[in-house]
Amino acid sequence: MSASEKYVAAAYGVFLVFVLCWVVIIAAKLSRLERETGELVRVARARVAAGEPTDG
Amino acid sequence: MSMQKPSLTVLASLAAGLAAVAVAMIFFVAPEDADQGLSQKIFYVHVPIALTAYACFGLAAWKAFRLLTTRGERYDLESYTGVHQGTIFGALTLVTGSIWAKASWGVWWTWSSNQLVLFLVLFLFYCAYFMLRYSIEPGPRRERISAVYALFGVALVPVSFLAIRLASDFIHPTVFTRDGPQMTGEMFTAFCVSWAAITLLAYVMYRVELAGKRTDANLRELREVLAP
Amino acid sequence: MTGYLAAVAALARKDLRLELRARDTLPAMLLFVLATLVVFHFALPADVGDDPAYGLLWVALVFTSLLGLARAWVPEREAGALDGLVLAPTDRSAIWLGKTIASLAFLGAAEVVALPAFVLFFAPLDAHALAGVVLASVGICAVGSLVSAMAAASRGREVLLPLIFLPLAIPIVVGGVGASISAEPAKFLAFLGLYDAVFAILSWAAFEYVVTE
Repeated sequence: MSASEKYVAAAYGVFLVFVLCWVVIIAAKLSRLERETGELVRVARARVAAGEPTDG
Repeated sequence: MSMQKPSLTVLASLAAGLAAVAVAMIFFVAPEDADQGLSQKIFYVHVPIALTAYACFGLAAWKAFRLLTTRGERYDLESYTGVHQGTIFGALTLVTGSIWAKASWGVWWTWSSNQLVLFLVLFLFYCAYFMLRYSIEPGPRRERISAVYALFGVALVPVSFLAIRLASDFIHPTVFTRDGPQMTGEMFTAFCVSWAAITLLAYVMYRVELAGKRTDANLRELREVLAP
Repeated sequence: MTGYLAAVAALARKDLRLELRARDTLPAMLLFVLATLVVFHFALPADVGDDPAYGLLWVALVFTSLLGLARAWVPEREAGALDGLVLAPTDRSAIWLGKTIASLAFLGAAEVVALPAFVLFFAPLDAHALAGVVLASVGICAVGSLVSAMAAASRGREVLLPLIFLPLAIPIVVGGVGASISAEPAKFLAFLGLYDAVFAILSWAAFEYVVTE
């Protein structure tokens, strides 16, 4: 590959890598949100089972 | 709430399709530039990214303005996400711009590219946004201060650009010029498609990021109610 | 209108009186700017001519003003007085204007010392350069008062202020240096005027959002 081709590939490649990194970060965030939601659902269920009043 | 506007799925599919078309056009249809050769192709990705960064900062400023004038709660996260995306695309602008500089002129950085210098200043400014935001306690005060800062950002863009233009008078003798591509119709179309694809991609990222931040905030509130 | 100006004058006078009694910020600024100029002498190689010195003058001015701005809201914060001022029945932007005028007075006092020292140590300053200093000082204090109030609301205040101030100060430095060394100083002075107008109006309008709880 000539030098020009390498730079063009690098520019497009960097763009791709940035977007993929963003995907990784968002995926991690989503996993965390999923886990936290699960915990809160468990707490809510426990409350309902114990017959305590829940909001709404 | 988030599906009032065109569905995210539709937009994301459109972005993907346009990206495919753009790549095809850039590498198979648009002719190679006579002066710059192959490295001119970087233009098709660098300039739309820069324009998108400006758009993100503009969006953030608009949402900030709405926050200050209407006190609607949703605008804080929308403005913040705008700055977030703008910073990502701003960093990308600097990196792709640097690669293009190396390809065109043999140097990784030059002070004579007004756009690169402007983005450096903006990047510094918006990085400070995050430092500011995270050193203030969450609440209406933080929202308002962040909003004012985001508004200052867009005021800074034209003023800085003017300053950098004026500074080239006395700062750096070595001036690199890049003949603006004499764009053929095909080049222009390829550019437009690429710009549309990147703008849509940025918008999809914005919406996804915003949904993430909103859910985070909602969960925190839920947690306080259910498990204080 | 007269009530507004009276409030501004009262606020500015209060700051000046406080400083005259406490004498902690202004002497520090004076000493700092002189020390910086001396450091710059050692930082400049011998054969570079005058132009780099003008650049460094502006660096010295910006960093000296940062020193002053960092302490701009301290009297209010320590006395818990900012909440009182904000609750007072006056337009909150008057607080900003009062503080800007007071900061301008302090910065001006520092410049009265710094500029002759610069001329003595380095190079002469012509009318354009001085006009640049005046215009730039207005811009620095206008933006600085607002930004300093932002930093005061945060936890990392001393560290944060330079970070949020410096990108905004870049156009000021360009204008000032240009007014000092360029062959066409008028356009740089015009630019400084534009900067002052834009950012003073913005700061004046935005201040109340920064300072209310």
